[in-house]
Amino acid sequence: MTDQTTHAVAFTPEDLPTARSFFQPHRIVMMVVFAGFVIGVAVFMRWDWLPRYLPRLGWGILISLVMLFSTSILGFLLAVPIGLAQVAGPWFFKLPAKVFCTVIRGTPLLLQLWLLYYGLGSLFPQFPAIRQSFLWPYLREAWPYGVAALTISFAAYEGEVMRGAFAGVPAGELEAAKAYGMSRWTMFRRIWLPRAIHRALPTLNGETVLQLKSTPLVATITVVDVYAVISKVRQETFLTYEPLLLLALIYMCLTGILVVAFRTFENRIPTRGA
Amino acid sequence: MASDSIVNWSLLALSAPGWGGVLLQGFVNSIQIAVGGFALGLALGVGGAFGKLYGGPILRDLLECYTTVVRAVPELVLILLLYYAGTDLLNQVLALFSIGPVDISGLMAGIFVIGVVQGAYSTEVLRGAIKAVPAGQIEAARAYGMSPLKVLRRITLPAMLPYAIPGLSNLWLIATKDTALLAVVGFSELTLVTRQAAGTTKAYLLFFLAAGALYLALTLVSNIFIGMLERHARRGFAEQR
Repeated sequence: MTDQTTHAVAFTPEDLPTARSFFQPHRIVMMVVFAGFVIGVAVFMRWDWLPRYLPRLGWGILISLVMLFSTSILGFLLAVPIGLAQVAGPWFFKLPAKVFCTVIRGTPLLLQLWLLYYGLGSLFPQFPAIRQSFLWPYLREAWPYGVAALTISFAAYEGEVMRGAFAGVPAGELEAAKAYGMSRWTMFRRIWLPRAIHRALPTLNGETVLQLKSTPLVATITVVDVYAVISKVRQETFLTYEPLLLLALIYMCLTGILVVAFRTFENRIPTRGA
Repeated sequence: MASDSIVNWSLLALSAPGWGGVLLQGFVNSIQIAVGGFALGLALGVGGAFGKLYGGPILRDLLECYTTVVRAVPELVLILLLYYAGTDLLNQVLALFSIGPVDISGLMAGIFVIGVVQGAYSTEVLRGAIKAVPAGQIEAARAYGMSPLKVLRRITLPAMLPYAIPGLSNLWLIATKDTALLAVVGFSELTLVTRQAAGTTKAYLLFFLAAGALYLALTLVSNIFIGMLERHARRGFAEQR
């Protein structure tokens, strides 16, 4: 996935409005109309269920965020060797990495998730060695499969990004490092990796937002994230729109916070010129 | 169980005891939705991109809200919202004209839902592509006295195509994968029928791997066509790298 597409499908820092851009006459009118709409939604729709579910919603949001951050970090740690193998590895590393990226990016995440949960989940109990191992209490739960599927997916997409980032580091910088007598590992640690991450950072923003947008899928395998809590509300109150509107609002807030955090982080890295 | 070690290929047979025919029917449904949704998204995207670039301030802000919401909210949530809101709204409008409620086919609802999501994505892709067209070309067309529609048809659309194709082809691949999300609203596309087949026969791995192979085949075949299309659109461009 190119940078342009990531920007097209995920909300990124370039889209954040500035404070001054709000004070234009037509925008003030639009905001008043929108405020009226919000008040209408708040008054005329049913929200009496909200206080009852508030603690559970909080837990759900927490689970969603834990899912997001754990899988993004694990996925990124996997993505670095996958990207590096495709750029600099011998063929027996290059080929599996390429196949891994193609297969994972070519199939829907929901299918991968169900393959792991239902497929592997039905296979494991047949082996007594697994049932007696210390891992068994975890393998009976749903969340390890969710974490695994989201991690693998993030690693594949981000591995492709890291491949481009590693290949895009100017050769002159690596030659300069070599001329300083750095060993290959020192060169990788001091020059190649930091420069590649810096180059990949804007895309990494977008991929993280996309990962947040993927987390509700784990609700389909009984992990109780915020989406699952809202589904529960819908089942118990027979309301259609109110819970879903609240859910959309929650995700928009989470995306907004994530994007602002990323922009702050990106601005801390000194760059010359732009 | 001893029989588990040997794969029971007869489960994938095309006729009745096997589930191969059902899987293929689901696959066809998925492709139909992907094609329809992508086409609808493209139409919305062209309109959205031109609205964002040349429209008035209010239209521009409304389109910005549309693309922002779609890009910030998970597809799964949007699909649920649009699925219920879309069918509800249509029935209410029909009731206004005193026509009874219609049963909207799953296919139409799926195309609508995927199309609205794709529309926001292609708006962004096409906007970038139109901005990449050298302004002089469009100015020259205007100087020749072409009407805005003629400029669009003769200059802007053909000239932006090479810039748009990489983004649009990624969107096509996203559309094919997003159809899987319709399984959650109960539309019998490939992922849902796979789950039903797997649940009935208990051969989970076999069916999910088979469905994965179908999706992968669709992606790989698409990639071949995309490559051809890209070479065709970029003819006459200086070779890069």
